Amino acid sequence: MKHAFTAAAVAAAALALAFLVLPVVALFLRVPLGDLIDALGTPAARDALIVSIKTSAIAHATVLLVGTPAAYAIGRSRFQGRTLVLSLIELPLVLPPAVAGIALLVTFGRLGLLGGTLDALGINVAFTQLAVILAVVFVETPLYLRAAIASFEGVDGTLLEAARTLGARPFRVFARVALPLAGAGLGAASALALARGLGEFGATLLFAGSLQGVTQTLPLAVYAQFEVNLDTALAIGALFVVFGVALLLALKLIPGWTRSISLWTYRSASSPSTSS
Amino acid sequence: MALVGPSGAGKTTILRALAGLHLARGRISVDGTDWLDSSRGIDVPAEERSVGLVFQEYALFPHLTVRKNVEFGRKGGAALLERFGLAKLADAKPRELSGGERQRVALARALAPDPAVLLLDEPLSALDAHTRGEVRNELQLLLREADRPTLVVTHDFEDAATLAGKVGVLVEGRLRQLGTPAELVASPADPFVASLTGANVIRGLARPIISGLTELELPTGERIRSTDSAEGEAVAVVYPWEITLSQTQPADSAQNHIRGWIASLVPIGNRVRVRLGPITAEITKASSDDLELRVGDPAVASFKATATRLLRQDA
Repeated sequence: MKHAFTAAAVAAAALALAFLVLPVVALFLRVPLGDLIDALGTPAARDALIVSIKTSAIAHATVLLVGTPAAYAIGRSRFQGRTLVLSLIELPLVLPPAVAGIALLVTFGRLGLLGGTLDALGINVAFTQLAVILAVVFVETPLYLRAAIASFEGVDGTLLEAARTLGARPFRVFARVALPLAGAGLGAASALALARGLGEFGATLLFAGSLQGVTQTLPLAVYAQFEVNLDTALAIGALFVVFGVALLLALKLIPGWTRSISLWTYRSASSPSTSS
Repeated sequence: MALVGPSGAGKTTILRALAGLHLARGRISVDGTDWLDSSRGIDVPAEERSVGLVFQEYALFPHLTVRKNVEFGRKGGAALLERFGLAKLADAKPRELSGGERQRVALARALAPDPAVLLLDEPLSALDAHTRGEVRNELQLLLREADRPTLVVTHDFEDAATLAGKVGVLVEGRLRQLGTPAELVASPADPFVASLTGANVIRGLARPIISGLTELELPTGERIRSTDSAEGEAVAVVYPWEITLSQTQPADSAQNHIRGWIASLVPIGNRVRVRLGPITAEITKASSDDLELRVGDPAVASFKATATRLLRQDA
């Protein structure tokens, strides 16, 4: 009986794994690998790649630049309404992307909440590359903030106090102590947010549209090319798989790599030199 | 100077308030400069106070080398590394160091910016008993060399007596007594101070007797005599090294003889700490061997009335 259950559980695990892996493999099997690489050279794929890299780079840099000090401020302080702030940060995570897109449109669109002001300044947001960037920032921010806040919360407060007693002003405490100590967590948060941003579809489609060479990002190109040229759609899909595998490997390996290095230095240094 | 007291007495809070890490009210003035004066709204932030703080667990920056740790407050710590015997460890990370080495790094780091005041929070509590004594002597020398106003906080009177010329006893945020270690041992202000300095504190009921002595009746019915005077509830204070042990009651000049069974024998270096009923005695290892003392044996603890202090029970 016990054996039968163990066998059934293992079979269930194999089934689940096959169900997850098979479609990924199928992406690569439908068309010969050479054709896939060629398909990445089509104008639609090339334009989408450029739009995605450009908008993601700007959006991601913005998220890191604003999100990191923001996470430090929230992670290192206790104030009234902190739980509310944390909940507000997490709200976009539970919204469907299409809702996020509509929300952005009624905020920054020509007839939106800030539309009049932006129009007066001569800025048109909706259906431009700026809209793509805003959409990506909007979906990346909660993901990054949440993990970055947790990373800063994990830093031993005594170390920050020690830095202060040594004369370090707030920026130096942040840059020399808090940032390096939260580094590993921030790196993981950054990688996950980047992946989420690159894959963003719904919010971008509603808020920025899908104009080739302007607002058509890689995921939007998959959708657009699906009916035009399946090879291109498959090629972009395969590209995402390669990127995803690389990202997951990096996430798994980098902390492990740091740990094994430190373990090694500990072992090699502790035995001979403790006497001096 | 050192502050001694049980945990929760407010020792660490005082250090943190001095360093500017804890919100405080009152006045702190160092070398004529006000760091805190609540009445005038002065509260200099921690980073602008000239203070070196050695944290309880040292709080070394784990991601920086020994050199970078020491130089965090001020560049050019080569001489300091040399002086603290850390030159060879300059490129090591804190986790590779022993407890004593970590402490030297923490002290060197705190002294690097040449602070007006040096504060140490339980500097020896992070060490195991084995290295503690050695590190304590080393720390004593380093503090003497540092030669500046220093406040050490500890729960251990022996640590305080070794590291500081003056010791304050702090209980529940109040200073119970302030004096040299010798003064505290010779005339403890209250039973708490007495027990902190390592004395036997024995409770009982005191009344004067003829010959000008005072007799303290213990709850067990035994009596202790003292040359001090007291009446009513009181405690007798006797230091372990004032007590002699024997197998039978000796015919000597000591007024006080307490009989009991040996509850424990703990060797400490060349001495043995013997627990007998309510009393702890400290005798030499040689005497203990000569008497062939064993746990469970009956014995008599003797001490003179002149070595017995009487204190009021409360306070």
